[in-house]
Amino acid sequence: MIETAFTPWTSLARGVLIETAFTPWTSLAGGVLIGVASTLLMLFVGRVMGATGVLAGLFQPSSGQDFMWRAVLLAGMVTGPALIWLISGEMPAVEVPISTTALLVGGLIVGVGGTYGSGCTSGHGVCGMARLSPRSIVATLTFMTVTFATVFIIRHVIGG
Amino acid sequence: MKLIVIYLIGLIFGVGISISGMANPAKVLNFFDIAGAWDASLIFVMGGALVTTFIGYKLVFGRAAPVFEGDFSVPTSRKIDFKLVGGSAVFGIGWGIAGFCPGGALPALGTGRWEVFAFTAALVAGILLAKFIQSATARTARVTT
Repeated sequence: MIETAFTPWTSLARGVLIETAFTPWTSLAGGVLIGVASTLLMLFVGRVMGATGVLAGLFQPSSGQDFMWRAVLLAGMVTGPALIWLISGEMPAVEVPISTTALLVGGLIVGVGGTYGSGCTSGHGVCGMARLSPRSIVATLTFMTVTFATVFIIRHVIGG
Repeated sequence: MKLIVIYLIGLIFGVGISISGMANPAKVLNFFDIAGAWDASLIFVMGGALVTTFIGYKLVFGRAAPVFEGDFSVPTSRKIDFKLVGGSAVFGIGWGIAGFCPGGALPALGTGRWEVFAFTAALVAGILLAKFIQSATARTARVTT
């Protein structure tokens, strides 16, 4: 009889290492565009460009109008890759070096944490930090530190 | 008119995320893997986004109100509590496991890759679960006090 052990930790850590190229210029350009979009959303609608908040409000909108602007903003985001494809002939790279289990578990945890922490990388990390909000600075430092630690543990303690 | 502008803002964000590498979990996880296959690109994403937004907000907040609305809806809470720090820590664990964050995943849906849809479905489930727990505990608190 072959016993298969229940291995939740190694199953989360199981992944392949995909090397990625250092792309300072396209990353900087992408960052500037993210900043331009965040600025324009504040200029026109007076809202913070926080992905978790935009998404959460889509499921519990305060009014039909509230639902509408979120849905349209999301539609714009989703057509971004298609525009890249039209210009360059290639879809932006999405390389997933982790198991489906990790993808689903990670997604669930991100949703819970982002909701309790009132924001994520775009909301706290960009918009909140840009307003020098003390809450956002604390939140961003916290999740950046924890993410560094999590990746270290998964790749070098459990996976290593 | 308003919806066209909002659509274009979403598109700029989507293009920015796409070319920045934030939509690519391999790149995100490698950024956080200083001890391994380190890819420093994300510093440039965050730096570019932060400096641009900082300058942009300075100009925008010089106005009395946004173009389409009567007021700016900016978070005003200044409370640094366990909910903020604990929630952010939990967020970091999830980001470190999955390599996607919400802002990276939403535009990446447009690539049509099933992995992005799987992550986003789990993300939505997590958001709704947290909202449900929050409203349930708020109800209990009201009953007991």
